[in-house]
Amino acid sequence: MENKEKKDIFESIWHFLASVQLAIIVLITLAISSIIGTFVEQKAEPAQNIALLAKFFGDSAAPSVYNVFAKLGFMDMYGSWWFTTFLVIFSINLIVCSIDRFPKTWRFIKTPQKPMSGSAIKSLPIKKELTFKAGINTIKDEFMNSLKASKYHVSEATEENSVRLYTQKGKYARLAVYVVHLSIILIFIGAIIGIRFGFKGYLNLPEGSTSNVLYESQTKSIPLGFYVKCNWYDTQYYEGGDMPKEFQSELVIIEDGKEVLKKVIEVNDPLTYKGITFFQSNYGMMPNAVGQFVLDITPAGRQEKRIWLRFGETFEIPGTGIKGRIHDFSPALTRDRNTGRLITYSDNMVNPAVAIEFMPPDGNNYVGWILKRYPETGIIPGGHSVKFVDYWGVEYTGLQVSKDPGVWLIYLASILMGISLYICFFISSKKIWVDISGDKKTVSVVVGGTTNRSRLNFEREIDQILAHASHAIEGRSNK
Amino acid sequence: MNSSVFFDISAGAYIAAMITYVIYLVIRNGTVGLVASGITIFGFVSQTAALIIRWINSYDFWMSSHPMSGFMEALLRGAPLRNLYESLIFFVWSIILGHILIEFKYKNRSLGAFVTPIAAMALLFIDISGTSKEIQPLIPALQSNWLLFHVLLSFLGYAAFGVSFGAAAAYLIMVTESKKEIPYIIGSVITGIFIVVLVGMGIDFLSLSAAERAQLIQSHFLRASLRSASGGVAAVSWVVSIAFIFVVWQFGLGLKKVLGGLNLTHTMLDEIEYKSIAVGFPLFTIGGLIMGAIWANSAWGKYWTWDPKETWSLITWFVYALYLHARFVGGWRGKRVAILALIGFVAVIFTYLGVNLVLSGLHSYGSG
Ligand code: HEM
Repeated sequence: MENKEKKDIFESIWHFLASVQLAIIVLITLAISSIIGTFVEQKAEPAQNIALLAKFFGDSAAPSVYNVFAKLGFMDMYGSWWFTTFLVIFSINLIVCSIDRFPKTWRFIKTPQKPMSGSAIKSLPIKKELTFKAGINTIKDEFMNSLKASKYHVSEATEENSVRLYTQKGKYARLAVYVVHLSIILIFIGAIIGIRFGFKGYLNLPEGSTSNVLYESQTKSIPLGFYVKCNWYDTQYYEGGDMPKEFQSELVIIEDGKEVLKKVIEVNDPLTYKGITFFQSNYGMMPNAVGQFVLDITPAGRQEKRIWLRFGETFEIPGTGIKGRIHDFSPALTRDRNTGRLITYSDNMVNPAVAIEFMPPDGNNYVGWILKRYPETGIIPGGHSVKFVDYWGVEYTGLQVSKDPGVWLIYLASILMGISLYICFFISSKKIWVDISGDKKTVSVVVGGTTNRSRLNFEREIDQILAHASHAIEGRSNK
Repeated sequence: MNSSVFFDISAGAYIAAMITYVIYLVIRNGTVGLVASGITIFGFVSQTAALIIRWINSYDFWMSSHPMSGFMEALLRGAPLRNLYESLIFFVWSIILGHILIEFKYKNRSLGAFVTPIAAMALLFIDISGTSKEIQPLIPALQSNWLLFHVLLSFLGYAAFGVSFGAAAAYLIMVTESKKEIPYIIGSVITGIFIVVLVGMGIDFLSLSAAERAQLIQSHFLRASLRSASGGVAAVSWVVSIAFIFVVWQFGLGLKKVLGGLNLTHTMLDEIEYKSIAVGFPLFTIGGLIMGAIWANSAWGKYWTWDPKETWSLITWFVYALYLHARFVGGWRGKRVAILALIGFVAVIFTYLGVNLVLSGLHSYGSG
């Protein structure tokens, strides 16, 4: 007695968890709470959201509304305990529902199709009736042909005075929806693996420096297990403006004192080593850093030579007697539109320029600005060229560093989902029955079918098969 | 060669087609219908030409700034799906394509009166929102094949959802008996809001100086009417808007007679509504959600960050998942699911435009 009651409770819980009604409620709840989360600034400073709320609730009420919202988890909606709870219910719903329904679907697929009598066919949702004046066998052959032309494999059963044909197509397509649902669960599992066994952090690496840790926050570092070095960082710009074209850094992986990997990374083209991926994410100038000027010097008609110099140091253009000295530097040089004076318009290296004081043997010294982005500014009298390659050692590259051992599963599940969604919507599972019965003179044919997809399409298909067969039968009986 | 002439021709053609389709609905003259289809196809051909020319131009543009690129790379980076303007144009192109296919398949022209307005509204939106039409260089984050396929498939999906919106609206009108039915009220209010917002943006546009127009989308949204700083203007705007929505509700059913006279059946509309979602849902799942996530992961190492744009895509996805389940397992039929199809497309529009207009999303993409 008690056992039975327990079973009843268990069953009703099971049915509740398997129900599509629950799915509809959960989907609506998730949608609405997600909407709230997009209106309230997530994980922001309280002041920001209080200001937002003041627009709707007035200045005096806003702080208390904020407190209520904060308690409800609206300020970190997607990390709140109840959002997580709904995701868990969603998953349980999906799993229980699939377990609940799968055996039936499987039985449906595995049970062989049986022939049907004319009267049974007439009770199907889609049915047609025709009469012919022709022999049963002729009619049967033509229906066979017509069905085969539509790519059905037909079976037949002969009864007294009647022949029954039956066929089906696409029965395994009924499994696709289970794969769709499974792939959603796999994506969740992938996300959990990523959260549990992976990490996300950042690393600001100055040019020329090396690190064996990354940072999850200001105070928490995580060991990499190897060293990463930034050889250089560079921003490239589109011509004629300050629109960035590419952010690049050259990274080197060093393990056991040996260089094992070297790559120039860009946005959308990261470097991965031992499951840890380095993404180009931002960049900046290091305050008070002193760098080195990298110049490519080409005396007219001769070979190029690269030199590295510090502030105030001098160099000579080989074989010309012209000396040069680093005189000034600007990270972003431009000419003021109103005054015509040269000014620096940004602290970032948007348009780096070096001023060099040239000292020819004749003593007529002069200062010229050479811009990195405009190499033609480095051609000096006499046809010699001084190219400003970089002011190296003053920038850092901002790397996003992550390890996500769940990503492959998410990608795999995504592919599964894509394929199974396609099958689910575009491959239907169809069954057709034909009963041909009658005496020598008039034969009545009943055709019926079932499908799990668009009825209209299936009806059209059956109509076509019928038309095709009738046409052929009439053609033969006219002969 | 410049593509803008062809774009203008196609825009003109679609607006003319919209008017012709409406006339066709009213007078039901076969020749008028034929003319409407003809104009639409003409516009489509012209727009296809414009897209190809724009693609060639962007290819050259990319090559000139990246001379070391290979043919394929430049072809992909030049694909005309690079900013708000181009993606809206592509949306219009796909929705017209969908419309032409349906017209051929169902041999019925009446749906044109419901689909061409969506195309015309998108075109109008492009103009009044002041989005830049120039070919612009791509910033580094946007130089990604994943992004390209993401945008391409999303917009094909959006277009399919747009068709289902049109079919659902027509369906609702056809099956509604009385103005007091809740599904009809919801449907007419949604349509009314659509038009109000569009007209509001038109007023924004007319009341702003050229310099302000450039940043219209971000900061001036409905500032000249519903969100006006002057209380009087705002109040009048609200009254007029609500009155207008009321008028849509009051007279929308008038279309019922028109529709009834055509050989449109409500089963056909219901089927088109579902089929377009069946086409749109996989496209949007793969293109909108999955490829978007892959792009984010390859650019920033995070496939999901709950930023408003992503979240709204997910909400859209939930709504259409709801549609499928309510319809196929929950036993919802007819009007109730038609409402879901309407809401789904509202979510689509909010995902694409509302996030930028109202929530000023963190996504750099879409704000150009
Ligand atoms: C957002 C997540 C979900 C997606 C994307 C999804 C997707 C789908 C799709 C594409 C179909 C096929 C619909 C059709 O026949 O046209 C389907 C059917 C179905 N779904 Fe879901 N689903 C989701 C969540 C759920 C949940 C939480 C449940 C839990 C009860 C559920 C239960 C079902 C059932 C029972 C069917 C009908 C299966 C059949 O035809 O035998 N789904 N789902």
